[in-house]
Amino acid sequence: MATRTARDLTGPVLTARAVTRSFGPAVVLAGVDLTIAAGETVALLGGSGSGKSTLLRVLAGLDGDAGGEHAVHGTAAVVFQEHRLLPWKRVAGNVALGLTGPDVGERVGRALAEVGLADRGRAWPAELSGGQAQRVAVARALVREPDLLLLDEPFGALDALTRLRMQGLLRRLRAQHGFAALLVTHDVEEALLLADRVLLLDDGVIAEEVPVRLGPSPSPDDPALGALRRHLLDRLGVPAG
Amino acid sequence: MSGPALAEATAPVVPDRATPRRSRARVPRRWRRAVSPVVLVLAWEAAARTGLLAPEKLPAPSAVLATGWRLARDGTLGVHLLDSLTRAALGLLIGGGLALVLGAAAGLLRLGDDLVDPPVQMARMLPHLGLVPLLIIWVGIGESLKVTLVALGAFFPIYFNTYAGIRDIDERLVEAARTCGLGAAARLRHVVLPGALPALFLGLRLAIGAAWLSLVVGEQVNAQTGVGFLMMEAREFSQTDVVVLGLLIYALLGLASDLLIRYAERRTLAWRRGLRAT
Repeated sequence: MATRTARDLTGPVLTARAVTRSFGPAVVLAGVDLTIAAGETVALLGGSGSGKSTLLRVLAGLDGDAGGEHAVHGTAAVVFQEHRLLPWKRVAGNVALGLTGPDVGERVGRALAEVGLADRGRAWPAELSGGQAQRVAVARALVREPDLLLLDEPFGALDALTRLRMQGLLRRLRAQHGFAALLVTHDVEEALLLADRVLLLDDGVIAEEVPVRLGPSPSPDDPALGALRRHLLDRLGVPAG
Repeated sequence: MSGPALAEATAPVVPDRATPRRSRARVPRRWRRAVSPVVLVLAWEAAARTGLLAPEKLPAPSAVLATGWRLARDGTLGVHLLDSLTRAALGLLIGGGLALVLGAAAGLLRLGDDLVDPPVQMARMLPHLGLVPLLIIWVGIGESLKVTLVALGAFFPIYFNTYAGIRDIDERLVEAARTCGLGAAARLRHVVLPGALPALFLGLRLAIGAAWLSLVVGEQVNAQTGVGFLMMEAREFSQTDVVVLGLLIYALLGLASDLLIRYAERRTLAWRRGLRAT
């Protein structure tokens, strides 16, 4: 909470200037500029191997070998494609990882209740389904009250029905908590449904920026969505019908 | 076409037939496995009683147990057992502790890996029991020889399993812990240690086996106490029953330590039971 109030509430939560990253001779990021405003959801779209996960890792501070400047103003939390729960800690222990203070148990309970798993705190991660484990991962990020949530294809490994539910959950949580989010995905539909702005990563740079204005609760049947979807798929190299 | 179709048609039939038969046999099976050891012991007893086995070659199991009871009651057995256990514990503590520190250094730090691992890999090729002549020159034939042998035997399994246990930890979990704000010490405690624990237990079990083996050899070199001494002394007076008793004690020590470790493993690695339950 302290970092939240200390942060300038009107300023951006994330700024990145000329971020570069190469693996040997292969240049994956060739100077990415990115700013995310408070409370804004930005989707980062790109084909396989376009470097979108690499960029998220850099922004999350997990990659020390990247060039350029980037800073998170406030607190950030990460949800990965795999749940990455510690198998030797119960669900509540995983959510509480790294937390301190007298009210940890209460905060963990609240976070688990928010993802609908209030009664699973005593379970081992191995006893959960894929969707449940991913919800615990979301709770683990949420309990930190982040200003920015970094999501690396968080629903990519889930079945279609679970994915839809998770997208709904994320939208609801964002409306409640007002965190900003950077969503890395290869799913155009998901990007359009969840984001205020879609960035297209191509050839190591942000090749295009598309604002999405679909209203507060967009429906997949919105005609404006269809046009945007077609445009983005064209840019990703997916031919029409 | 007919091959897979045939397999499909017959496949469900086989387990159907086998399942009830196996469940019926499950309860008696445990007892069935006890039959041959019991028969062997009874045959041994009978052969000794009837004089088929000369008592100076192999006394009856009942005679061995009687000897054990006699030595336990007059306190001899307790003294020697305590000395053997002390040597084993001391050697395990020294060898295992050193292995834990060096294995962790090699597993966690690149510098440690480069400096520690090559000499350890080279030393591993030496059969440590073959070092006895050299060790006698270095540390003499007293207590330190026995403890050194046990320490050497315990070192390698713990070192290698510590190293492998740390290296096998999923890097992605360490990363997730970093994003949760865990520093190096907290990551060591919450990720590395519990992640390496199964391998550490395996190393400890192997080390205890090696420790007993080292003790058997070490206590036959000029020992004044210990189970091995008891056996060597008995051999000189042709007390075969005491020799066999010594063997039995070594076996029971191995069994008891293994059970103890297994119990500790079940207690601390409860999360793996959850893994198996699904």
